Amino acid sequence: MALLEVKGLHASYGPTRVLHGMNFAIDEGSITAVLGANGAGKTTTLRALCGMVKTEGEVRFGGARIDGRLTEDIVRLGIAHVPDGRGTFVNLTTEENLRLGAYTHKDPAAVESDLERVFGYFPRLKERLRQQAGTLSGGEQQMLAVSRAMMLRPRLLLLDEPSFGLAPLLVRELFEIMRTVNQRERVSILLVEQNAAMALDLADHAYLIETGRVVLSGPADEIKRDDAVRRSYLGY
Amino acid sequence: MDAFIHQVLSGLATGGIYASLALALVMIYQVTHLVNFAQGEMAMFSTYAAWSLINAGMGYWPAFLLTVLFAFALGVVIERVVIRPVEDAPVLAIVVIFIALLVILNSATGWIYSYTIKTFPSPFPKEPLFGNTYVSSHELGAIGVTLVVLVLLYVFFRFTPLGLAMRAVAQNPESSRLVGIRVGWMLALGWGLAAAVGAVAGMMIAPIVYLDPNMMGGILLYAFAAALLGGIESPFGAVLGGFVVGVLENVLGAYVIGNDLKLSVALGLIIGVLLVRPSGFFGRVHVTRV
Repeated sequence: MALLEVKGLHASYGPTRVLHGMNFAIDEGSITAVLGANGAGKTTTLRALCGMVKTEGEVRFGGARIDGRLTEDIVRLGIAHVPDGRGTFVNLTTEENLRLGAYTHKDPAAVESDLERVFGYFPRLKERLRQQAGTLSGGEQQMLAVSRAMMLRPRLLLLDEPSFGLAPLLVRELFEIMRTVNQRERVSILLVEQNAAMALDLADHAYLIETGRVVLSGPADEIKRDDAVRRSYLGY
Repeated sequence: MDAFIHQVLSGLATGGIYASLALALVMIYQVTHLVNFAQGEMAMFSTYAAWSLINAGMGYWPAFLLTVLFAFALGVVIERVVIRPVEDAPVLAIVVIFIALLVILNSATGWIYSYTIKTFPSPFPKEPLFGNTYVSSHELGAIGVTLVVLVLLYVFFRFTPLGLAMRAVAQNPESSRLVGIRVGWMLALGWGLAAAVGAVAGMMIAPIVYLDPNMMGGILLYAFAAALLGGIESPFGAVLGGFVVGVLENVLGAYVIGNDLKLSVALGLIIGVLLVRPSGFFGRVHVTRV
């Protein structure tokens, strides 16, 4: 059974419709990529899943309807969202940012072990614990954003353009870590990316969206071979 | 010289009260980006509640504690019932609501308790502490109570998960939701805390200025000056500003402009800060791209 199932999802900002009946599903334990040009509705798709925009249509998580619920309630079900722009609490320290990620977990021992687990993936953050998060480099802030999301111990991790503004080497490193997280902790990942080549390398399954609709879907390696995708998004 | 020391010390006592109220203003400002003009009247209303309890025969400190709880509940209810529905309304609409709250609380108190000035007891002894001649024991006690409140707030915000969550909400509500914080309740909690701090300030100032529905008008003005002086976004600045305003007010009142014109110190400070350094001592300068 699919972990996340989306049927006929519409979303709008005020009078402007951005998503026009999206249908897609995410299998438990998989990495799914959503590709598309600027303005296709990638970020809005993620925001719609978390109840951050007005939506119509059906979203099921683990079988239960979550559309129309409050963002904080959806998050508590185990959906962590690394938003567009990273959502760092810039005036708080790295440690405070991480502890906020575990806000819904009340067992202090578990939080400490989660911190250690996250430092295992991102040892750099451990050196920056007392530093104000706004003073971290872009790469460190991205690691912090992912770590904060992992502190929730999510079943599904939504990543909005994790490669944005990062050096290519760092992107590769981050994607490797995401693969490890996915395999080791069985966290399903929904990845929105403009960097189609890297996203398709990482993902098991991919959706291509254009102006708020899914226009192509399939296993990532098939999508990679699609001529139209290659010309428009991979550039060769 | 003795008189001067006396002016400074009693300035610190009232300054602590301004500091508390300024802190309450800053707490609301951080989450709403608006100054709650009704903060003083909420404190005044709570102080009347304390007066009722004490008059009904309750001991001072139990009444004090109960009043703080009452004020907290009042703050939460005002946020949930009055502010919540207009959360997304334009700034001016919310300002009008704050002013309406001020007028309603003021008139309701006058209607319930009449406008006759009442005395309000101090929990501290009549004779000066330690035989000093500079400062009354109520003034010393008020400084002590203020410091305890400030330390408690500091510990709460700095070291508890709930305090951390409230700071997170003040800074970035959207990210707060994404880690599962119930933002709406944090706002209500912020209002409750601000109201509780205001109530303490009210009970500490009432023995000095006497109890009357208009008692907080001038005090709110001083608190406002204090918050602006420190930087309206800085809790630490607001507290420091409170003490500075208290001392300035007293010293200038005694030696320079006379007691009748004391309140103009606050106005002068407000205008001065806005002209010279609008972000206050510890505030941040906001830069916007256009």
